[in-house]
Amino acid sequence: MIRDTTIGAKLWSAAVWLLTGFFILNVAGLMATVVLSSLSTRWLQSWLPAGFTTKWYISAWNEFQLGNVLTVTFEIVFVVVLLSGLVGVPAAYALARRNFPGKKLVILLFLLPLLVPPMTIGIPLATVLYQVGLGGTFWGVVFANLVPSVPFVVVVMIPFIEQIDPKIEAAAHVFGANVFQLFRYVLVPMLLPGVLAALLLVLVRTIAMFELTFLTAGPTSQTLVVALYYSVFAAGVRAVQSIDAMAVIYTVTTLVWLLIALRFVNPTQIVGRAR
Amino acid sequence: MAISIPASRPKLRQRLALRQIDGVTLLLLPALLVVVLLFVYPFAYGLLLSLRPKVGGFAANYIAFFTDPYLYNTIFATLNVSVPVTVLSLILALPIAFRVRLLKHQRLLTTILVIPITLGTVLVAEGLLNYLGPQGWFNRTLIWLGLIHSPIRLLHNYWGVFASLLITGFPFTFLMTLSYVSGVDPALERAAATLGANAGRRFWHIFLPLLVPGLAINFCLSFVQNFSVFPSAVLLGAPAGETRVIAIAAYQAAFEHYDYSMGSAIAIIMGVVQLLVVGLVLAVRNLFYRGSTTGAKG
Amino acid sequence: MTIASSRFDTLALQGVGRSFGPVNALHGVDLTIRRGEFVALLGPSGCGKSTTLNCIAGLLPITNGQILLDGKRIDTLPPEDRGFGMVFQNYALFPHMTVRQNIGFGLRMRGIAKDEAARRIEEAVRLVRLQGQEDKLPGQLSGGQQQRVSIARAVVIEPPLVLMDEPLSNLDAKLRLEMRAEIRRIHNALGATTIYVTHDQDEALSLADRIVVLRDGTIRQIGRPSELYEAPADIDVAEFMGFRNRIDGRSTKGENGLVRIEADGASISGKANGRIADGDAAVALFRAEDLTICPDDAGGIRATVDAVEYRGREFVGLARTKSGTVLSFTSETATEVGRDVTLSVDPGRVLVFPA
Repeated sequence: MIRDTTIGAKLWSAAVWLLTGFFILNVAGLMATVVLSSLSTRWLQSWLPAGFTTKWYISAWNEFQLGNVLTVTFEIVFVVVLLSGLVGVPAAYALARRNFPGKKLVILLFLLPLLVPPMTIGIPLATVLYQVGLGGTFWGVVFANLVPSVPFVVVVMIPFIEQIDPKIEAAAHVFGANVFQLFRYVLVPMLLPGVLAALLLVLVRTIAMFELTFLTAGPTSQTLVVALYYSVFAAGVRAVQSIDAMAVIYTVTTLVWLLIALRFVNPTQIVGRAR
Repeated sequence: MAISIPASRPKLRQRLALRQIDGVTLLLLPALLVVVLLFVYPFAYGLLLSLRPKVGGFAANYIAFFTDPYLYNTIFATLNVSVPVTVLSLILALPIAFRVRLLKHQRLLTTILVIPITLGTVLVAEGLLNYLGPQGWFNRTLIWLGLIHSPIRLLHNYWGVFASLLITGFPFTFLMTLSYVSGVDPALERAAATLGANAGRRFWHIFLPLLVPGLAINFCLSFVQNFSVFPSAVLLGAPAGETRVIAIAAYQAAFEHYDYSMGSAIAIIMGVVQLLVVGLVLAVRNLFYRGSTTGAKG
Repeated sequence: MTIASSRFDTLALQGVGRSFGPVNALHGVDLTIRRGEFVALLGPSGCGKSTTLNCIAGLLPITNGQILLDGKRIDTLPPEDRGFGMVFQNYALFPHMTVRQNIGFGLRMRGIAKDEAARRIEEAVRLVRLQGQEDKLPGQLSGGQQQRVSIARAVVIEPPLVLMDEPLSNLDAKLRLEMRAEIRRIHNALGATTIYVTHDQDEALSLADRIVVLRDGTIRQIGRPSELYEAPADIDVAEFMGFRNRIDGRSTKGENGLVRIEADGASISGKANGRIADGDAAVALFRAEDLTICPDDAGGIRATVDAVEYRGREFVGLARTKSGTVLSFTSETATEVGRDVTLSVDPGRVLVFPA
């Protein structure tokens, strides 16, 4: 790659970095605001809060029943991750290894749920779920979240499986492996890194999935992000600091998983594979 | 009585196997079932439901939508915020990606940028409510720098929504742009330089034509995200005024007026408008070279 | 022929060095290239030959020394202002442009008038024999055709200097021989000055007027192909030039300006390169084709045959001496594996270096 050393190029480069810095500064600023506010006794009309306290975390925990919300959130997220893995990975394997009539249509069918706005599918889906009595329940929320996550696993896993040489499977057969042994000794070890990465991405995305959960959740099946939305929406009812404490708890839960995920995947994969 | 099968005709199983339908292909079924039951069926149900309005003929919902400015203007309100944010994100992402591709250690920057995407619009909205407020750090800094004299209004209007979409949308666009820019064979740039092209012309004649297809996809995916704007339009915008986006209209119809038929109709209109924009961009994309972006054959 | 190199007399590299952080990829390179020469930069991978080429092209800034074109410094110029033509290892054809647009790119950047450009493109297409392919995209061409486009694109701008970075390494063996001849033909037809990077000594020997052997970022030897082939300057160059047999031993004085090396119970005479005193550790190097089987009483090197390969005109064998040194030899007849043989080599064909 060619590095330009003229003054014009240096000015341009400086401008680009300045812009990047400005963006990151604002993101950092808004996150710092949330954290500081959650720890403040009072914060009005000044650069920094008047004093610091941790009492808002206790009150947020009790007021918003965060214990329950967190339990429900993780139950939902883990069931969604498990089901999308169990259903999505075999489908991706079939699509990567077989060329059958109508394959393009099937792939389109898996792409559409990722492209259609969540509201567009969320409203009819919520209507259907309420009709069959699943609306507002735990399983209703799980089903709603499967709509984007199963296709996501399929779409992410297809290229991963395609890059594994099918001759390796042929070789295992030649050396006498039956279907179970092929699966146990060859496919699982080779697919594991990809599956792990895909599922961690599903996990992070499901924690942050707002619209579908919002439309299908009832009072007992709210995830953290929906609870946060309601409390922000009803601002004025609770102290701002209390809402911010909840926001910090949400941030921490998400970032922990994000950091774990980033050990296995590239940040660009979080935005999905571009092709 | 036994049914005799002509000897020349292979068994069904063999015929299917020839078309690559066998046990492995069947692994597809559970996922297909999920998509059909949870996506195709509700979608079809919603479509039919939208054609059976509470009052009036089968198209009454659609007629109502397109004759009531309070409803049809939501399309423009949505486009009015989603298109500028998408375009601005792309314009900012391109030069930054060109700079970042020269860095050896991109990981830190990409990690920082992925955080706002992961946290999502609800958290960003809560943060911005404070940060952009009249007493927030943003206004305070501008006053301190002497750029303004009294706080400017950035919340509960267009700019609040704009800022929140940019904060989650820009990193998304950037990370995709970076992967496209890194995908262009660096030897092409060197070749162009030895042939007398300076940095500007290398960008214009080599990079841009090779990047257009990727940027079009990038535009579509970013646009899809921004077009669905909902929580931040409610929390940071003016949900009854200039940021009454189409998602709000759909939600209100279905869950505040309990008119699921109308809600479904608006939801479907939303999907169609979005697909129209995506289709238009992809059609333009087809006019460009779309092959590999390396200088040598496979 | 109107495609011709613009004129210059000498390109001089003076003390050119390039370091990547603490690593010295290139160190103290002095080299003068005259107009019309075909110079090959030869060496194993990582020797600095491609770095040298990229420094001349301006794709890598140099960290020491200077590059002069007819006495004027050019090492501070960006690549687009140097005006050299370059052929890349992977061709680096612009995939979204047709053959014609690829070849015409440099002319377009120079603002050459349309009809003049069209005429020169046509001529370049004829030169590389690609008539009828002008409107294809690079992806529709074979490897050899892509390489021709890449050559045409480099020469059509009439550069003072054409730089080629392993242009044949991606082609199969047959095409490589064809293109080799083609490259030399084009060089002669244009009267161009060419710097050619390769790791293949055959390519360098057959193409170049002068060869520069690089190793570990420094120049080891500069010379005509025959000089390098007959009289390599050091052990590394010799091994690179096909002196595959190596015997380590102690030197003793021989007759007629030759030195003797005692090893494996035999003595080998050869030409001394460098100062070798009596009793010094020394190395004798010679080619497989100069080592032949001789009668057992002729006093050669005793060895046991390990393997024999048929090579069409002759047999090439591997034999192991008592001390374990493996030697390759040629013979006109097949030799049984496991047989004990005596091998000898003409002292005039043996090079002795200080160890």
